[in-house]
Amino acid sequence: MAGFIAQRLAKGVLVLAAIVVLNFFLIRLAPGDPALVMAGEAGATDEIFVTQLRTKFALDKPLPSQLAAYLGSIATLDLGYSVRQQMPVATLIGERLPATLLLTGCAFLISIVLGVLLGALAAGRAGTLADTAITGLALLFYATPLFWVSLMAIIVFSVRLEWLPSFGFETVGAGYSGFARAADIAQHLVLPALTLGLFFMAVYVRMTRASMLEVSRLDFVKTARAKGLTEGVIQRRHILRNALLPVVTLAGLQAGTLVGGAVLTETVFAWPGIGRLMYDALLQRDYNLLLGVFVVSSAMVLIFNLVTDVVYRMVDPRIEVAR
Amino acid sequence: MFKTILTGVALTLCFTGAASAQTPGGVANVVIQPEPPGLMLGLVQNAPAQTVAGNIYEGLLRYDFALKPLPGLAERWSVSEDGRTYTFNLAANATWHDGKPFTAEDVIFSVEFLRQTHSRARGNLAKVTSVEAPDAHTVVFTLSEPFGPFLGIFEVGSLPMVPKHIYAGTDYKTNPANNNPIGTGPYMFKEWKKGSYIRLVKNPNYHVAGKPYLDDIYWHVIPDAAARAVAFETGKVDILPGGSVENFDIPRLSQAKGVCVTKKGWEYFAPLSWLWLNNRSGPTANKAFRQAVSYALDRDFAKDVIWNGLGKPAIGPIASSTRFFNPKLAKYSYDPVKAKALLKESGYKGETVRLLPMPYGETWQRWAEAVKQNLEDIGIKTELVSTDVAGWNQKTSDWDYDIAFTYVFQYGDPALGVARNYVSSQIAKGSPFNNVEGYANPAVDAGFADGAATVDAAKRQAAYDGVQKIIIEDAPLAWLLELEFPTLTRCKVHDLITTSIGVNDGFRDAWIER
Repeated sequence: MAGFIAQRLAKGVLVLAAIVVLNFFLIRLAPGDPALVMAGEAGATDEIFVTQLRTKFALDKPLPSQLAAYLGSIATLDLGYSVRQQMPVATLIGERLPATLLLTGCAFLISIVLGVLLGALAAGRAGTLADTAITGLALLFYATPLFWVSLMAIIVFSVRLEWLPSFGFETVGAGYSGFARAADIAQHLVLPALTLGLFFMAVYVRMTRASMLEVSRLDFVKTARAKGLTEGVIQRRHILRNALLPVVTLAGLQAGTLVGGAVLTETVFAWPGIGRLMYDALLQRDYNLLLGVFVVSSAMVLIFNLVTDVVYRMVDPRIEVAR
Repeated sequence: MFKTILTGVALTLCFTGAASAQTPGGVANVVIQPEPPGLMLGLVQNAPAQTVAGNIYEGLLRYDFALKPLPGLAERWSVSEDGRTYTFNLAANATWHDGKPFTAEDVIFSVEFLRQTHSRARGNLAKVTSVEAPDAHTVVFTLSEPFGPFLGIFEVGSLPMVPKHIYAGTDYKTNPANNNPIGTGPYMFKEWKKGSYIRLVKNPNYHVAGKPYLDDIYWHVIPDAAARAVAFETGKVDILPGGSVENFDIPRLSQAKGVCVTKKGWEYFAPLSWLWLNNRSGPTANKAFRQAVSYALDRDFAKDVIWNGLGKPAIGPIASSTRFFNPKLAKYSYDPVKAKALLKESGYKGETVRLLPMPYGETWQRWAEAVKQNLEDIGIKTELVSTDVAGWNQKTSDWDYDIAFTYVFQYGDPALGVARNYVSSQIAKGSPFNNVEGYANPAVDAGFADGAATVDAAKRQAAYDGVQKIIIEDAPLAWLLELEFPTLTRCKVHDLITTSIGVNDGFRDAWIER
């Protein structure tokens, strides 16, 4: 097992390097550069101003030497400096990471717990009204655009009912600390985490239901029934457990995106997360920051892929860890 | 019972009485959009940075709604007979937020600083040959020749005062103070939680006695336009500076109870929108074609439908709220018949013309679609080429367009904000705000030079009348609308906008009824 993990990690480093090089050129294909963006925002500009900015962003050097410099600093785990924000990239990402992890983590838990539960419920009652209701609801959440659900949730719960705050991470200027602060943050978290979670929940519901129905037709389930086991035990121990593999695959994929944040949800709810940081960096052509977010999130995807492979083995001991 | 009522009445009277005077204290919650890249005004000049940092930094002068100078850090000023020497007497009790006194040395240093970092200041100061300090609170600017708009360049965004004791001898761009800006303004920088909010607190040692009134200002970063409108509706923010919500939300928001709307506070900037027409090549190189475009545009439709009644059709290069505008020169009205005739005269053969919309949200996208419709109605084949902000900057500053939307600030005077778009010396790649269309006319160059080189208002008016007439006839570009960006506030917020740069002059006079 340890050998397997070491080997995968080594491969991961190579993949990461390839991703960095690819992204480096990809984002430079977009028209415009950070100097022009800042000059444009200034409302007036001249030649000297743009040249100064280009020097400041180190854009006056040839591309290969820019790439070499970037790879060199990445190799020493230095993500570089965002000239636009006047801060090291690592600090900027570090500041946003807790908020993002809180949001995506909660959404992840909500979606997987509710999704598997409701999916199992629907599978156990396939063809009944409860099944139709659950799958119908799941389809609705799956098909409705996330930003629309978010805005509707704001209109209902923030504007009309006035139950929950509509934006932000916490009440600014309230000076809460300790438990009061946690409660305040939790209140702000409800709407974004739920709306983000509902989409993934829908995916898990459909996945769990389909997979369980497939497993329930297999011979060993018939055997279990013939043995006289109760329906509940069959559903839980025999069907659900064997139906979980595709769910784990999907959860692994979703977990990989946790760090990347959720641009739409973060934007609508003004949640100060990584997704928005990345989106702004893209619009502003803040190359270093954008690459930094890409590096961190691709590293996370690689790590979670590895974790998924290990979890497979735990869920289904028949699977040898692939070499 | 009777007694209770009396007490109630007395209390009410007491409260209304108190409410009509400036009550100190309170917190202002304001939307800021987008999040600024920094707050050091000498280095960062984008719009949100000016809005927030206008509270932290100050200029020597401020300007009333008619663009007449008001005291800022300078309490008095005088101009010599020959229009070449300007003397400013500075506020003697002004201090930087770290307690050091603000002196004439800081003014001299700021001029030196901004000449290196601030492209607009560099141009505005071009005629200044020396800046001297006869004493600690007097500054004398000497010019090589008279410069008509000179008294108009001292606004906080155009010439912010920066502290010499912090920046002298350092690398300005990497100075750690850039993340903890220190100015002389009514509010001090306290905290910036990136992606969430910026907090400013009251400057207790502000040089104007009794001001400011508020304890804190929170600038909330809310990236989604609809969410910003909701934050205002639910009372989480009290102030929406001009341009921070989509204009189709404004009628709804302004009809809500207790909401006040003002269009004031944009006179100095006077944002004017137009279509760049590439004068160098393609059909737009032909004057008759360009005039046809101008006659084809239905500006009233754009104003009423796309901008929900906000704005005013523009007739020429100078906006109506700034000096030297001449309403008698109007020429282009919506006239598709005339437009078609001119198009025929131009010899247009049906080439496809690329139209570049402005990437600033829904309204601009819809406007581009309406203009495309106008142009196709008279027979111009039009293709929309959409891009994002960086792409738009690149395409306009590299002259890679046929027709492109833009809007530009006027900065109060034709010599500061208008000439740059028409004089031939301003034709240079790399800027989306100079003579992007490539228009060159020696008579126009001469007229703008004459208008700037005197302080005599009548002579200036004559020069600019001549210039406007020629430019309107040549139609180097097609003017659209003078834009309006109303500021929405809860009515309990008072005296927020008192000058022609509006919220950008800071919350110096603002107070909240409690």
